[in-house]
Amino acid sequence: MPENIRLAAVLARNEQELLNDWLREQAASGTRTVRVLGETIVRDQSRRLLVAMREAFASGHTSIDDAAWREVREVLSEVSREGAASGLTPSETATFVFSLKRPLFAALRKATGNDANALADETWAATTLVDQLGLYTTEVFQKAREEIIQRQQSEMLELSTPVVKLWQGVLALPLIGTLDSRRTQIVMESLLERIVETGAEVAIIDITGVPTVDTLVAQHLIKAVTAARLMGTECIISGIRPQIAQTIVHLGVDLQGVTTKATLADAFQLALTRGGRSLPAATPSHG
Amino acid sequence: MERIPILKMGPFLLVTIQVEMDDHLAMTLQDDLTDRIARTGARGVLIDISSLTLVDSFIGRMLANVAAMARVLDAATVVVGMQPAVAITLVELGLSLPGIRTALNVERGMKLLRDALAPALDGASHDAGAADL
Repeated sequence: MPENIRLAAVLARNEQELLNDWLREQAASGTRTVRVLGETIVRDQSRRLLVAMREAFASGHTSIDDAAWREVREVLSEVSREGAASGLTPSETATFVFSLKRPLFAALRKATGNDANALADETWAATTLVDQLGLYTTEVFQKAREEIIQRQQSEMLELSTPVVKLWQGVLALPLIGTLDSRRTQIVMESLLERIVETGAEVAIIDITGVPTVDTLVAQHLIKAVTAARLMGTECIISGIRPQIAQTIVHLGVDLQGVTTKATLADAFQLALTRGGRSLPAATPSHG
Repeated sequence: MERIPILKMGPFLLVTIQVEMDDHLAMTLQDDLTDRIARTGARGVLIDISSLTLVDSFIGRMLANVAAMARVLDAATVVVGMQPAVAITLVELGLSLPGIRTALNVERGMKLLRDALAPALDGASHDAGAADL
């Protein structure tokens, strides 16, 4: 491919000039890339990308999926991942690559002289290449963002399901946030594991932090209660707000004989009396 | 042929499932248990499934059926030591075993049976003891 040989030659010959022009172009593009990532980092990454591109061209392969372009892909991934982690938009990240077009075309024009046909061919080859690189950054960016979201999701799931021991034989599970099937599964598993560990006779599921209870959430709660019962532990659902009590009745949800209490305190008191223990001053005695 | 032992402890029958259940074993247990309840006049059955790690819908149904049959023969059933994974599986299968009492371990299961049958046992203990000996 003669065009690519010339493109490669242009890259090799004008590397320093291209780099300076490119950086100027990036600064002029009005994106936050330089400001957010830091000038030295952007300069270093731009330089490494140019070097990597020159080396990739030297191998003679033109598709960026080829092994020879691995280094190029790595530099681009780095830029995209850093951009995604520090809150840049996808277009800002892609502009990092696209701003190479103008300096590259200018260098090509200089190299081809008056040969309009050659210039057109070269420009086409260059633009195809830069587009490929730009698309690649967007792809990596998307992937990096998805990874971040997934990580946060799993962190949230772990954070939000503590099972606390309130008393000998009494566990409490304060639920915060909406219950979906995946969370219910995790909540159920951690509850049942703790039941085995502690040998608790009563478990209190407190739903003060659950914003809404619809038929699905109620079904999930009943599942958890049933599973605990199968293991020999009785469950009490507490923290039912007046609004939720109304919703439950209006929806016609049958809580299947599950004991419910308005507050965690009430449930705790019941749990203690069920276990044959008595609480010294359960009723408010002051005042 | 493999069989699950059924032990008699006073007015109760004690069944400890130490092996993985298959359908055939489950059917045999059902036969043996009903037979023993009828023969001994046991008032309570305690099934320990703490070694059971795998259940399917058939075994779940078998447990429910055994409890129902025991009830017909006037004996209360307590299932003890269910593993978390088993409990989750049964719930997902829609088998909540409504007629069965449950407890965390054998000790608590025994206490549950004694408490539940205390009034009946007080009156019947004399002739039940005489019949067994």
